[in-house]
Amino acid sequence: MQFACACSARQMLYECNRNHRKIEQQTRRLGYWWRITVVMGSFQSLPDDHQYQTLSKNTGFSLEQIAILHNRFKQLSQNEETLRRDDLKTIQDLESNPIRSQIIEAFFDSRNFQNDGVGSVEEIGFEEFLTVMSYFRAPPQHITEEQREKIRRSKLRFLFNMHDTDNDGTITLEEYRHVVEELLSRSGALGRETAKGIADAAMLEVASISVGPMAPDDFYEGITFEHFLKILNGVEIETNMHIRFLNMDATVLCK
Amino acid sequence: MVLNFNQRSPFTFLMCLICTVSLGYGANVNVILEPTATSPSKLPPLSPMEETDPDPVETTQAVFTLDYPRIQIPFEITLWVLLASFAKIGFHVYHKITVWVPESCLLISIGLIVGGIMHSLHEKPPAVLTSNVFFLYMLPPIVLDSGYFMPTRPLFENFGTVLWFAVVGTLWNSIGIGISLFAICQIEAFGVQDITLQENLLFASIISAVEPVAVLTVFEDISIHEQLYIVVFGECLFNDAVTVVLYNLFNHVAALEVVEAGEVFLDIGRFFVVGLGGMIFGVLFGFVAAFTTRFTGKVREIEPLIIFLYSYLAYLIAELLAISSIMAIVICALTMKYYVEENVSQRSCTTIRHVIKMFGSVSETLIFFFLGVVTITTEHQWNWGYILFTLLFALLWRGLGILVLTQIINPFRTIPFNFKDQFCLAYGGLRGAVSFALAFTLPDSIGCKKLFITGTIVIIIFTVFIQGITLRPLLKLINVRKTNRNQETINSEIHKRLMEHTVAGIEDLCGQWSHYYWKDKFMKFNNRIIRKILIRDNRPESSIVALYKKLELQNAMEILDQMPGDISAAPSLISLHKERKNASKSRKKLLSSDVTNMHELLSKNMYKIRQRTVSYTNKHSLPNDITAREILMRRHTSLRRSLRAGSFHGTNASKMSHNYFSLPMGRSLNTGFPPGRLVHTGDGDTESEIDYPSIRRPRRVSSKAAMPLRPLNTLKEVASSVDTVDEQNEEQRGYRRSHLGSNVSRSGHLTSHLHHGSSRNYSEGDHDFEEQQSRLSPHAWVQEPQDNSDVQHPLMRRPHWLPQTPHDK
Repeated sequence: MQFACACSARQMLYECNRNHRKIEQQTRRLGYWWRITVVMGSFQSLPDDHQYQTLSKNTGFSLEQIAILHNRFKQLSQNEETLRRDDLKTIQDLESNPIRSQIIEAFFDSRNFQNDGVGSVEEIGFEEFLTVMSYFRAPPQHITEEQREKIRRSKLRFLFNMHDTDNDGTITLEEYRHVVEELLSRSGALGRETAKGIADAAMLEVASISVGPMAPDDFYEGITFEHFLKILNGVEIETNMHIRFLNMDATVLCK
Repeated sequence: MVLNFNQRSPFTFLMCLICTVSLGYGANVNVILEPTATSPSKLPPLSPMEETDPDPVETTQAVFTLDYPRIQIPFEITLWVLLASFAKIGFHVYHKITVWVPESCLLISIGLIVGGIMHSLHEKPPAVLTSNVFFLYMLPPIVLDSGYFMPTRPLFENFGTVLWFAVVGTLWNSIGIGISLFAICQIEAFGVQDITLQENLLFASIISAVEPVAVLTVFEDISIHEQLYIVVFGECLFNDAVTVVLYNLFNHVAALEVVEAGEVFLDIGRFFVVGLGGMIFGVLFGFVAAFTTRFTGKVREIEPLIIFLYSYLAYLIAELLAISSIMAIVICALTMKYYVEENVSQRSCTTIRHVIKMFGSVSETLIFFFLGVVTITTEHQWNWGYILFTLLFALLWRGLGILVLTQIINPFRTIPFNFKDQFCLAYGGLRGAVSFALAFTLPDSIGCKKLFITGTIVIIIFTVFIQGITLRPLLKLINVRKTNRNQETINSEIHKRLMEHTVAGIEDLCGQWSHYYWKDKFMKFNNRIIRKILIRDNRPESSIVALYKKLELQNAMEILDQMPGDISAAPSLISLHKERKNASKSRKKLLSSDVTNMHELLSKNMYKIRQRTVSYTNKHSLPNDITAREILMRRHTSLRRSLRAGSFHGTNASKMSHNYFSLPMGRSLNTGFPPGRLVHTGDGDTESEIDYPSIRRPRRVSSKAAMPLRPLNTLKEVASSVDTVDEQNEEQRGYRRSHLGSNVSRSGHLTSHLHHGSSRNYSEGDHDFEEQQSRLSPHAWVQEPQDNSDVQHPLMRRPHWLPQTPHDK
């Protein structure tokens, strides 16, 4: 993709996007190809500020990717500097996602910002947005085993944080159940009972894998991160936690 | 397959002999067969029966007649299939052979031996796989087999790559090999200048069809990672389709004297029409088939037939319209599989799978076998230069093609193929049955048909023997990325789903789409509309639930296996796998000759299900736990119900949860039940015969020593009544409900008894526990034991359950 300066054109496009959101939603299907043409025509600019460079260094995204994500960020935040939960809740495609609330929450969870923070925040800036996104970056092709392990750990940590809503370092049965219930909430006929049964069975499985046979009076209080790593030992994180971030701006294609 | 022996032959006799001897029939069979060995049309029959007949005049009624010509064709076909099957059985008697040498190698070898015998007896090669026979009868089972057992989910996740390799890769190979061979033909020293470009292209298209069986078996054994597996599988499948289209196309072109440019473009256009037309027909027939099975609820016995009829119909109609019939049947199988398996009964499902496997396997076995025979008996036209260069080019273009094509496709893949993967792909390009059959069915108008057949055989034998045998050691040597497919735990399933949803969500968030986006959309459409139309009993089911059921069933089965242990004491089924160790401990205490005997008997009668599910199906064998599951499924409902009913009702909430997490059962059993108390009280069991799960009725707990006796009875009876269990499930449900009350009261007594010991030590820690409990959603715990509607649990309500939903793969 080539990049030439057409900042103003892009800006206009977003103004347009924002102001005519309603209309666009109605004419989305029709206006589809037209908008592709517009985007293809308006080449993106290489950001001249240093901010992007540092962001790129910190998160590993390429400059083009950052530019695209920044556009998206601005689109979501209605051109504000920060993003709020409500902004994310308006995303249409996300509505059908059973774990929507967890995903949104993950963006406001300061544990995911890689600065040792705890607790959740009300609004995030672009840097945080990008940091959270960077969990889903594909690892570079040639890396050592250690690096791979590190990447794997961080991806799993992200998942773990999604479960562990109360920040106490363990996933309790209740938290686990909640997630399973959400996961199954779209499958209709299956009630909470099933979800509960599954969560219980899963929990028990964790207990048997991580602790081994327990003495009669033992109580398994929750999954710690170490146990979490253990139980997901055989799962291929590489294939499951990746997004191919586009170098081409597709925001308008599918909102 | 018409093995058209026009001459009565010593060979037939030999085959009969082999078959009869191996079958262990007596000499009397040989007596009957002897006349067939000679020529009945020329010689008077030698049967002793007929010799006693004084008047062999035709007009009188003979006491004993032989009408061999009448049965000749089916008889010989049967014998060939039988011989091939014996060969297959033979390989697997000594299992180590098939580990190191692919089955196709062995089949070809057997064919070579048989061919050698025939040759030494100056027997003509059993003629012939005709084009019609191959395309109408032998090819459909092979492709239906691959299509039906294709793991759907990985296929669609890698659909682009699969198609890329199958279509572009095959074109690349055909055109590359064809043109380079044509260049070779221009060299005078080889003396093959008369082969035209069209013929070379035709030949090239024949030998670019790769064959998956041997490769997939190896891949499976060393559990190679999913992407590679599915790309090889899918490539082989769709590449058959492309090859056949190309073959017909070049066949058509080769027949022309002059090729015009317009003709070529027309053919290219046809290529797409043929391929896409096949797909559309496949989808159409798939949906119609699924829709039909919606109404077969009352006529279970013809359910499997529907599947075969529609698949074959799709194939035939596609053939009629001259669109890609392979594409049609494969897509048809892919489409209907998912819906059909939900509609049909468990038994029909098993039948379908077995029959498809059987036909596919027989077809392929015969072709390989036949290849061996033909290699020896046919006249070859040997041309060193041409054949060696063919071999060289076939390997070269395959390697190059993979290298180039992966370079192009890699940027579009989430997980790019690395160099090792590329090597696997290139080296896994064995040629097989389809290539041979295509070469063999070439029309006689092709001038160098013999040379082509020889070339094809050389390539097949080279790739199958050398590459096939060295593939496994090489893959081990270069240590390709593997996947741990045995990780079928609930947790990993949950997390896989969780990750999928997360990734889809994040993609939505950053406004991109990819296959997750489309997958989401499709699943929504599928659940809302398609399933409603096509599936009789529509209950959308997530793969987590499917897996949960499966694991639960496995547990249930293991409990049954360990019958002498303390089954009914378990608080709930799901906690039982924790108890296994305890159970085995207590079994040791109970050891007596009686118990061990019974246990042996039990384990013989019972299906083993300890092996984990094979997530991919081997091309030549079904997933081995199907039988086990079938039984399981039928027991599932009642078994689980009685367990839960027995253990949950009547206990109070705190005890429940305590048991659940701390699992004091083993201990309480060991300590709380001195051996002296474990005496069978001898109460007569007056429960109905079909009510086999009654063995887990809690009152038995007190008479644990007696367990082995009871289960044995019930199990025997179950084995005999298995066929009717489906129907019985309905009755039992009602029956069970009526008995629930009594169960509850008994279990109340028992469980309180059981927890006596543990709850006593436990009272000190009561305070602690209350805390823990309050953290663990107390209301949830309280609800559980009260839940009399367990019987109506969605997991238990379905009488049959699909062992492999597409998700599950």
